[in-house]
Amino acid sequence: MDIAPTASVPPPKAPPGNSATRPGDRIFLGLSKGSGITLLVIMAAIAVFLTWRAVVAIAHNEGNFLTTFEWNPNANPPVFGIAVLAYGTIVSSIIAMVLAVPVAVGIALFISHYAPRRLAAPLGYVVDLLAAVPSIIYGLWGALFLVPHLTGLYQWLDDYLGWTGVFAYDGGAARSLFTAGILLAIMILPIVTNVSREVFKQSPKMHEEAALALGATRWEVVRMAVLPFGRSGVISASMLGLGRALGETMAVATVLSPSFLINVSLLNPGGGTFAQNIAAGFKEAGDLGRDALIASGLVLFVITLLVNGAARLIIARRKEYSGANA
Amino acid sequence: MEKPVITTPLPGGTLKQPRLPRWAPAGLAVLSAAVGVGIGLAADLASRVQWGLIAALFYIVATHVLATVVEGKRQAKDRLVTSLVWVSFLVAVIPLASLIWETIVRGVKVLDVYFLTHSMNGVITLQPGGGIYHAIIGTVEQVGLATLIAAPIGLLTAIYLVEYGTGRLAKAVTFFVDVMTGIPSIVAGLFILSFWIIVLDFGYSGFAGAMALAILMMPIVVRSTEEMLKLVPNELREASLALGVPKWRTILKVVLPTAIGGITTGVMLAVARIAGESAPILLLVFGSQAINGNPFEGAQSSLPYYIYEQWANGNEASYDRAWAAALVLIAFVMILNLVARGIARWKAPKTGR
Amino acid sequence: MAKRIDVSGLTAYYGSHKAIEDISMSIEPRSVTAFIGPSGCGKSTFLRTLNRMHEVTPGGRVEGKVMLDNEDLYASGVDPVSVRRTIGMVFQRPNPFPTMSIYDNVAAGLRLNGSYKKSELDDVVEKSLKGANLWNEVKDRLNRPGSGLSGGQQQRLCIARAIAVEPKVLLMDEPCSALDPISTLAIEDLIGELKEQFTIVIVTHNMQQAARVSDRTAFFNLAAIGQPGKLVEIDDTERIFSNPSVQATEDYISGRFG
Repeated sequence: MDIAPTASVPPPKAPPGNSATRPGDRIFLGLSKGSGITLLVIMAAIAVFLTWRAVVAIAHNEGNFLTTFEWNPNANPPVFGIAVLAYGTIVSSIIAMVLAVPVAVGIALFISHYAPRRLAAPLGYVVDLLAAVPSIIYGLWGALFLVPHLTGLYQWLDDYLGWTGVFAYDGGAARSLFTAGILLAIMILPIVTNVSREVFKQSPKMHEEAALALGATRWEVVRMAVLPFGRSGVISASMLGLGRALGETMAVATVLSPSFLINVSLLNPGGGTFAQNIAAGFKEAGDLGRDALIASGLVLFVITLLVNGAARLIIARRKEYSGANA
Repeated sequence: MEKPVITTPLPGGTLKQPRLPRWAPAGLAVLSAAVGVGIGLAADLASRVQWGLIAALFYIVATHVLATVVEGKRQAKDRLVTSLVWVSFLVAVIPLASLIWETIVRGVKVLDVYFLTHSMNGVITLQPGGGIYHAIIGTVEQVGLATLIAAPIGLLTAIYLVEYGTGRLAKAVTFFVDVMTGIPSIVAGLFILSFWIIVLDFGYSGFAGAMALAILMMPIVVRSTEEMLKLVPNELREASLALGVPKWRTILKVVLPTAIGGITTGVMLAVARIAGESAPILLLVFGSQAINGNPFEGAQSSLPYYIYEQWANGNEASYDRAWAAALVLIAFVMILNLVARGIARWKAPKTGR
Repeated sequence: MAKRIDVSGLTAYYGSHKAIEDISMSIEPRSVTAFIGPSGCGKSTFLRTLNRMHEVTPGGRVEGKVMLDNEDLYASGVDPVSVRRTIGMVFQRPNPFPTMSIYDNVAAGLRLNGSYKKSELDDVVEKSLKGANLWNEVKDRLNRPGSGLSGGQQQRLCIARAIAVEPKVLLMDEPCSALDPISTLAIEDLIGELKEQFTIVIVTHNMQQAARVSDRTAFFNLAAIGQPGKLVEIDDTERIFSNPSVQATEDYISGRFG
C-alpha cells in the first residue's frame, strides 16, 4: 500500500477491498461496518415507527392535528391538536435563547479573555461540571426554589410592563411559560458557554496580537479578532442549546402549570410544550392517547432535526468564505 | 516610487492618558451593591432579584459615565464591555451556585445509610422514611445494560469511520450520528415505546429503558472515540503496517491502546449523561416502589425518575427524599465526570502538539 | 516624526523565568537596527518589551526603563494602548484579519482611533499601500479579503496596516522568516525606503539580511539554556560584521556556533 511521506493529520484510509484480504481483517471490517449500519437502521426505525403510530393516531383524530386547541384523545370522538404545544415549545425556547445566549457569550469571553488567569482554568472546569447536572435536578430546583422566588420579579414586571399584556401578571404561583424559559436558559447556559469558550480560546493568537499592536483596547481586540472568528462557533453552540431547550422534558414539566389555551401573558400560568405534555399525559393515556403523544413527539423530532440541520448549514457556509486562512 | 506623505493628524500626542485608578471597578462595585440594597430597602422591594438587577444596572451605567468623563470614549466602551462581561458572569453564577447549594443543604437532611439501603416499599408518601435502594439498583442496571449495548456499537462505528470509512456509507453514518446527537431523550423514549411496547407488545421493563438510553449514548461514544482515534499519530499505524502486521491487529494492538484513555473518558462522560435521564424511564420503565432486581421483567425505578416521582407527590417528606436523591445523583454524576477527566489527563496521548 | 529609544537596565520575565537581563542600548531615529543572536537568546522578547507587547503573554513582566524620546513607556499612568499605537509592530507570520477586506485591514487602526471621512480613509489607505509597495498589485481588488493574497503580499499588507496609523517606531519580528526569497527581497527593499520616515527595529535569524538592511546591529547571546539572554554588543553593522569587539560575536557571525 502507498504510504504518504509526510504525517498528515487524518489517518490513512486504505482503498476499500484492499484491507479485507485476511480472515481477521474481513471479520473486523465486517463488525465495524455492521455497527455503522446498525446506527443507520436505528435512525430509519425511529422515523418509521414514530410515523406509523402517528398515522394511526391522526387517522382517528376528529379535530385538526395542527390547529386544534385541545388534547382529548381518550374522548369520544377523540380530538387533539398540537397548536398550543407548538406555541409553548417555541415561545419557551425563544425566551431561553434570548436570556441565555448573550449571558453565555459573556461568560465564555469572561473565561477566555477577561478573568484573572488564576480564576479562568478552575472556572472553565466548573462550567464543564455544571453542564453535566441532570435536567431533573434543574427541574426540582426550579419547582421548589425558583418558582417561589419569581413572584416578586413578576409583580414588578407587571407594575411597569403590565400594560403591554405580554407581561401582565395576576398573582399566584409563577408557573408560567416565562418561568419555563428562565429555567431552560439556566439549564442550557453551561453547554452554550462551554462550546463558545472552546471556540474563543482557539481564536488565533496572531490576530489578537495584530489588533493589540495597532493600539486596540481589550474590547477592540475581542471585536476585531475574537468575535469574527468565533461567530459560527457561537451560532452552533446556540443551536445546540436550542435543541436541548426544545426537547427538554422534566425541567419544564416540573415548573409549568399546563393548560390547553394560548395566553397572551407570558407570566400567567398556562400553555405547554411537546415534551412536557408527553411526560404529564403519558400515565393517563389509553392506547390512542399514547399514539397521539407519539404523533406530537414526531413533530418535536422533526423540529429538532430542522434546527440541527440549520446549524450545520450555517457552519458549513461560514467555513466556505472564511477561507483556508482561519 | 511615490513616497507616502501622511498628513492626517492623529489624536493623542502623548503616551499618558488620564486613567481611572486601579481600585475604581472594585470601589464602584461596592457602591453599586450599597445602592442596590439601599433602593431595595427604601422602596421595600420584596425580591432580591430586583436588588441585584438595580445594583448591576447602576454599576454598568456608573462605570460607563465615569470612564467617559475621565478616560474618553474608547476606554469607556472597553470598560462598558468589561463590566457587562463581569455582570453576566455574576448573573449566571448566582442561579447555578444556588442550585448546587440548595441540593446540598436540603439533600443532607434525610440522607443516611438507611436512605441508601431501603426501598419505598410500604412507605406512605406523606410520612418520612423510605429510601432509594430500588432506584439505585434500577439506575445501575439500566445504565449498565445501555452501556453494554451502546459502547461496542459506538466504538466499532468510530473505528469504521476513522480507520476504514470512505465513500457514501461513511458519509451517511457521519451525518446520521450528527442527527442522532440532537434527538431529544423523550423522542428516543417514544421510539422504544412504539417499537418495543406497542408493536412488539413487551411490557415495561428496565431493559426497554436501557435501549432508549443506549440510543442517546451511541452518538456521544462515536463522536468522542472518533476524536481520540484521529489524535493517534499516523506514524504509529504506518510503523506497525510496515512490519507486516495486519490492519485489524494494528488497530487492536497499536491504535486502540494509544487512544484508550480518551476513549474511556468519552464512555464515562456518556454514562454520566444518560444516568441523569428521566424522560425515557418515565415512558418505558414506569417506576416502582419496590426492589426489582430483574431488568428484563417488570417495572423498575431509577434515581432521576425517583426524584420526579417524589416531587410529584407534593408534600414535605417527599420533597426531602427528592432532594436527598438529587444529591446522590449529582454526586454520582460529578464523581464520574471527575474520574473521567482525571483519566483523560493521565492517559492523554503524547502527540507532539 | 521618528523618535529615538533609550533602554536602560531592562529585565523581562516569563513568570519566574528570567528571559532577558539588564539590557541597555540606544536606538537611533530614522535608521534600521537589527537584532541577531542564537535561538532563545531573547531578541524577540526584547523587541516585544519595546511596545509593551511582552506583558500580553501570560506571566510576562518587565523591569527597567524604555524611554521614547523623553517619555518612559513603563512609567505609571502610561496607557499600553497608546504605546502600541505609537510603536507599530509587524509579526513573524503575516496576520491580516481574515474576515476583513484589504481596504478594511489597512483602515483598521485608523477606525479604532476615531471616525474619519470616507475620503480621508481612502487617502490614507492608498498612501499606506503605496508606502508598502503593494498599491499596484491590489488597487483593483481592495474589497477582496486580505487572506487571498500571497504570503509576501500579506506581509506587506501588514506593514501597510502598521504604517497607516503613523507610528513613530516600527518593530519587525522576523518579518521574512515565513516568506520565499523573492518576497523577502521585496520586504528588504521596502525596509530601506521606510527608514527615511520611521525608526525601524528588526529581529532576524538571517545574518545576511541583517548585513543588507541594517545600519546598526545588536548581538544577543545566552550563557546556557535556561539562562537569561543578554546583549553582547551593539555597533555599526559594518563593524559588527567585519571587526566586532567581542569574540563571541565573531564566533557567531563566522558560523562557529548558533
